[in-house]
Amino acid sequence: MKPKFAMYWASSCGGCEIAVLNTHEKILDVDANFDVAFWPVAMDAKYKDVEAMEDKSILLTLFNGGIRNDENEEIANLLRQKSQILVAFGSCATEGCIPGMANFSPSHEIVETAFHTLSTENPNSIYPQTSYKMPEGTIYIPTINSRVKTLVDVVPVDYFMPGCPPESHQISAVLDLVIAVVKGEAELPPKGAVIGVGNSTVCDECDRERDVKKIREFTRAHLVGALDPNLCLLEQGIPCNGSATRSGCDARCPTAGAQCIGCYGPAPGVIDYGARLISSFASVVDSNDPDEIERILDGIPDPAGQFYRFSLAGSLLKGAREAV
Amino acid sequence: MTEKSNFEPTIIGFTCNWCSYRAADLAGIARIQYPANIRLVRLMCSGRLDPTFVLKAFAEGADGVMITGCHPGECHYLEQNYKALRRYLLLRRTLVAMGIEAERLHLAWASAAEGIQLAREITEMVERVRVLGPLNWHLNGDQVQITHDATAELEVVA
Repeated sequence: MKPKFAMYWASSCGGCEIAVLNTHEKILDVDANFDVAFWPVAMDAKYKDVEAMEDKSILLTLFNGGIRNDENEEIANLLRQKSQILVAFGSCATEGCIPGMANFSPSHEIVETAFHTLSTENPNSIYPQTSYKMPEGTIYIPTINSRVKTLVDVVPVDYFMPGCPPESHQISAVLDLVIAVVKGEAELPPKGAVIGVGNSTVCDECDRERDVKKIREFTRAHLVGALDPNLCLLEQGIPCNGSATRSGCDARCPTAGAQCIGCYGPAPGVIDYGARLISSFASVVDSNDPDEIERILDGIPDPAGQFYRFSLAGSLLKGAREAV
Repeated sequence: MTEKSNFEPTIIGFTCNWCSYRAADLAGIARIQYPANIRLVRLMCSGRLDPTFVLKAFAEGADGVMITGCHPGECHYLEQNYKALRRYLLLRRTLVAMGIEAERLHLAWASAAEGIQLAREITEMVERVRVLGPLNWHLNGDQVQITHDATAELEVVA
């Protein structure tokens, strides 16, 4: 009998599933080596089917998405119970990602924005109720948590695979490894490892020339007439997050002329992604005069958004004060 | 009596080995009083201050953080205190965006001879934070934990 494979999406966009399908013919290897037991995006399945499975009967579960509501948390616990290897797959599950930026606001404001802003037609101010009495009995919808959590905040996680989404060649490599492990040809990495990544920063993979960084002005790519195609973006005043971001993506964005926004999460040894970037950006500001430094820093109008676009829910502070 | 008037803030103070730590030492030798609310941590230089230290302090219950170093132009390592200044200014902007009052993070310069000045800075900092009240970050969120074990990392793809 083939070992079981599962993939689940919690609070996420579905891009991680696309990235898995983007492995092209590798997906046939998944089918050849695994019995796909549960994958809501790809096939029909019910939670009760998973509940009926024996504990640890799923060999590999790729869990993408953060923990936004009690349904996410329930399924995270269920899949932890049923899985031998649970992988926090993608940026949402490892560090919150874009949905994690909701941690800048309290949850009641998020509900308010969704159901009661000018762009929403809701003349009777109808808000969703989490339970409703039907003739057949009471039905429930999930309840929103006060903040987005990462997968490891709610259950023990075996491996972390960052990326928004993880690059397909990295997914292929990880699938190959697990298949080799099943065949007894390889060993799993130590528990808690970050997999499907490089062991350095995006800068290390970036082909742009680097010299001494001295920033007199932070700007944005569309405000600059023509960017130097060969020079480090940060040296051109573009706030590129590559210096704090883990390698593994082949530096796609800076190579294409767009700054790294940090989707591969913190580089090895970095505890708080934003803190590392604050350190890195501040170090290259070319002034020792407080007023002049403040003027240069005005070029980063939203520092919290710049530094925690992907990592807010997994950062030391977890969110803004109103939300934690 | 309200809770606020009973409140004793916890301040984490980062000091430079060459100046502000010695200023604190001097204050001790000279029997200059400063509030026990501050817990001093000695670094080799204010330039050693990783913003992570500050975030960790706030996340684990500090009500304020004070960074101290040598006066501009007097750094033992030439100009690392200017780096500390720039990191402080950028970190403060980020903390304000996260809803933490700017007054909870303070930068002060103190030479090794300035025990009185350092004691005064600490006293003023404690009183500023006392007025703001507790930050209570660790009570609101979950316990802080470091999720990625750097020692257990393994490269799957070169």
